[in-house]
Amino acid sequence: MNIGMTSLARPLQDALRPAGIQAEHIGGLWNLTLGLCALVFLLIVAACVAALWIAPRADAGTAPNLDSLARPERRIWRVIGWSTGLATVGLLVLLAADVFTSRALARMPLQDAVNIELVGHMWWWEARYRDADPSREFTTANELHIPAGRPVVVTLRSNDVIHSLWIPNLHGKKDLIPGRTATLRLRADRPGTYRGQCAEFCGIEHAMMALLVEAEPAAAYEAWAARQRRPAAEPADALARRGREVFLSRSCVMCHTVSGTSANAKLGPDLTHLASRRTIASGMFPNNRGHLVGWIADPQSLKPGVNMPPNALPPDDLQALLAYLETLK
Amino acid sequence: MKARELMPALCLLVLLFLFGCEREQRPTRAPAAASAVADPSYAASGKTPVSNRYEENAYAVSQGKTWYRAYNCNGCHAQGGGDIGPPLMDAKWRYGSDPGAIYASIAHGRPNGMPAFGEHVPEDQIWQLVAYVRSMSGQLSGSVAPNRGDNLQAAPPENRRKKETPTHEATPAAEH
Repeated sequence: MNIGMTSLARPLQDALRPAGIQAEHIGGLWNLTLGLCALVFLLIVAACVAALWIAPRADAGTAPNLDSLARPERRIWRVIGWSTGLATVGLLVLLAADVFTSRALARMPLQDAVNIELVGHMWWWEARYRDADPSREFTTANELHIPAGRPVVVTLRSNDVIHSLWIPNLHGKKDLIPGRTATLRLRADRPGTYRGQCAEFCGIEHAMMALLVEAEPAAAYEAWAARQRRPAAEPADALARRGREVFLSRSCVMCHTVSGTSANAKLGPDLTHLASRRTIASGMFPNNRGHLVGWIADPQSLKPGVNMPPNALPPDDLQALLAYLETLK
Repeated sequence: MKARELMPALCLLVLLFLFGCEREQRPTRAPAAASAVADPSYAASGKTPVSNRYEENAYAVSQGKTWYRAYNCNGCHAQGGGDIGPPLMDAKWRYGSDPGAIYASIAHGRPNGMPAFGEHVPEDQIWQLVAYVRSMSGQLSGSVAPNRGDNLQAAPPENRRKKETPTHEATPAAEH
């Protein structure tokens, strides 16, 4: 099913390679926990081996010397005391590390933060870039662009069931619970493409609910945001204009938005700048003509259960529609 | 024979009954259309009522409820109580309570303001809407009709409504 993704440069999805300050804190906690638990494990294994080593034994031919079993057991209160003390200290170390990690996560400076409202839908992500000036707000889907080095406050909401956002390279998981608002504060310190994934089972296509995060230098981010703020460009050629007519006169217009046209519905992803995204169907397929045509004609064969209906368009209309969608840069 | 000896046989028999159970299918593709309603003037009077297979599928009816909100049926019919459009949760029907008549109303529109959605809403989704509209006045079984929704709704959930007996209501003359 997921043949498409292999042809893309694989985006990073790896909690052990943090690309931001928050993921580094979490990575540090993970390393400490792993190290301490490995130490405890080794001590327990060593104790077991030692117990086996000093236990009574004998060759195949001779009877074992069981004298040690007849003697009263040695008092081992001291050993038990030391072990308990050590275990307590170990757990306290983990507790303290946990508390300090949480404090460090909460202390990330938020000056000049980018505000993104991320809404989980079955099975895609809607992203609204907030701004103090409403005319500078815009909506996109399944692909976040963030400026590297600048803090990002992601406000999380759900439209239907419980989802969970996890971008392992940038931060830990956070649930999106219907009727509640959660926030995730993150910062990407190294530019790159990071993959996020829904981390809470949310229905049949849960595994296919991914999103890409592009962390870019400030200038590239600003240029991207400026492009996203613009309404869709007027199609230049006749074929694309006809495609727009198809878009506006068929079922597309019932669910999708293309700003600058009368298509203004909110049930499906905003398509104003569809052609600028790397993937379609929430990170499932690369955004190219072949996948797009399959997706429009019969989404149920590609992602069964999705709310997008099959569209049996005449071939000419379909070609025109594709030509139009490719102009939405 | 003692009751204890009969128990295994009885258990097997009960297990056998499980074969009679059927898990509800979630249709993800349009079923063969019951499109006896291409005629825009379709109304149930004097015609064989068209049946809607989605009326026995809880998933499809819930999808109908989703479309009802997403496509803004609420805008005119409110949550079924009626506003500038007629109420949908009462017993009165201008064009009949038959699924075919409701399909025709959605697909082809009606006088006094009901738009035609046939070009915009896929046939399959219209049938899901039809099933949901009928659930609003309790025409569907309680095991199929939707439960309480996430949104504010000033009426009992569809699966708790009492079944209205459809009656005919005269179509009003032009309302201007």
